[in-house]
Parts: sequence; structure tokens; C-alpha cells
Amino acid sequence: MLETIALWLFGIGLAFDVLGCIGLVRLPDVYNRAQASTKCVTLGTTMILVATGLFGVGGNWPLFIKSILCAVFLLMTAPVGAHAICRSAYVSGVKLADVSVEDAFTQRARTIRAEHRQRADEIEKNLREVEKSEEAEA
Amino acid sequence: MSPTFLEVAMYVLIFSSLLCLDRIGRGPTAPDRAIAIDTLGTIMIGFCCIMALWPTPTDSPSASPFMDYYMTVAIAWAIISFIGSLALAKYLEGRCYDA
Repeated sequence: MLETIALWLFGIGLAFDVLGCIGLVRLPDVYNRAQASTKCVTLGTTMILVATGLFGVGGNWPLFIKSILCAVFLLMTAPVGAHAICRSAYVSGVKLADVSVEDAFTQRARTIRAEHRQRADEIEKNLREVEKSEEAEA
Repeated sequence: MSPTFLEVAMYVLIFSSLLCLDRIGRGPTAPDRAIAIDTLGTIMIGFCCIMALWPTPTDSPSASPFMDYYMTVAIAWAIISFIGSLALAKYLEGRCYDA
């Protein structure tokens, strides 16, 4: 019974992985690709991990604990990483595909870029002050 | 778990990682490649699962017939892949000064 469930989970997880990778190749821009690959591949690999854990139930408890731990960690971290990459892609100016209908992040991205520029200006000013004081000492 | 199923699963994952490699090589922008690298890391965890279930003949009866230690590799790979994506994201965000 448990083995049958594990086999089904394994198969469905593999299908999710392949579909996510096909989406990674076929979709038009970074944001679509990120959403396809992140959601599908994370869920698929989590299913594979849970299936691996189910094979360890009974005799091989370390395998169970390790795979469930890895599944929880993956579920928490993979979306965070993809979100960070997409955010940085938008801030650094990667354009949306032509077929996109709505863009709600424009204003916020401008604010983030303005903050970065302000910080860079402050660093520049501090450097100039240090140079001046060194010249004055010399 | 039959070895045939594991072999088929291995081929399926190899196909997926080939698709990821295609995106890494062809991706028009750097974030495309970063996303594809992240996805490839996640697929590698699936490879580790398959290897952990692969039956291996052992001489001593007390030893486990499976290569369990591949799950440790999977956990380490997940952690390092996460840190790598965050570092790549931080690096890419600073590129708006290049233009």
C-alpha cells in the first residue's frame, strides 16, 4: 500500500519536473519562465523527496527523516531564491514580454533604484571628503 | 522499487536537465541563466533521491542495501543552491549602474 502511494508520488513528481522544464524553454520572458520552473519543479522535487521518504518508513528511518527535512527546506527556500532573482531582474531593467497585459511593479522598482542611487551618491561624497582631508594633511 | 522504474526516472530527469542546459546556453539575459541554474540545482536533488533508492549488492548482512548517504548530499545541495541563488540575485541587482 505505502509502496504504491510512493510509486505514484514519484511518477507525478517526475511529470511535474519535465513540464516545468518544458515551460522554462518555451515561455517568452524571464518572469514567465521563473514562475513555470519554480512552481512546477519545486513541487515535483518535493513529491519525489516525500516518495523517497515513504520507502524508508518501517526499516530505514534515517532515510525518511533526511528526505522530509530536505523537502521542507526546499519548499521554504526555492521560491525565495526565484523571487529574489526576479526582483533583481526587474530592478536591473529586464523588459517584460510584448504579450504582457499588466505591470504593477514599475513605481516600486523606481523607488528601489532611487534608493540605490542615493546610497551610491553618499558613498561618493564620503570618499571625496576623505580625499580632501588627506590632501589637507599633506 | 524496481530498477527499471529507477532507470526510466533517471532518463526523464536527464531529459529535464538537458532542457535546463538549453536555457542556460541560449538565455538572452543573465537572470534567465540564473533561474535555469536554480532549476538545475533542484533537479539534481531529484537525481540524489534516485541514487538513494538504487539497490546495491553488499557483502555484510548488517549493511544497508541502499546508498542512503545520497540524501545527505541532497540536503547539502539544497542549502548551497539557495545561497548561490541569493548571491546571484544580489549581484544582478547592482547591474543597473552598468547602463
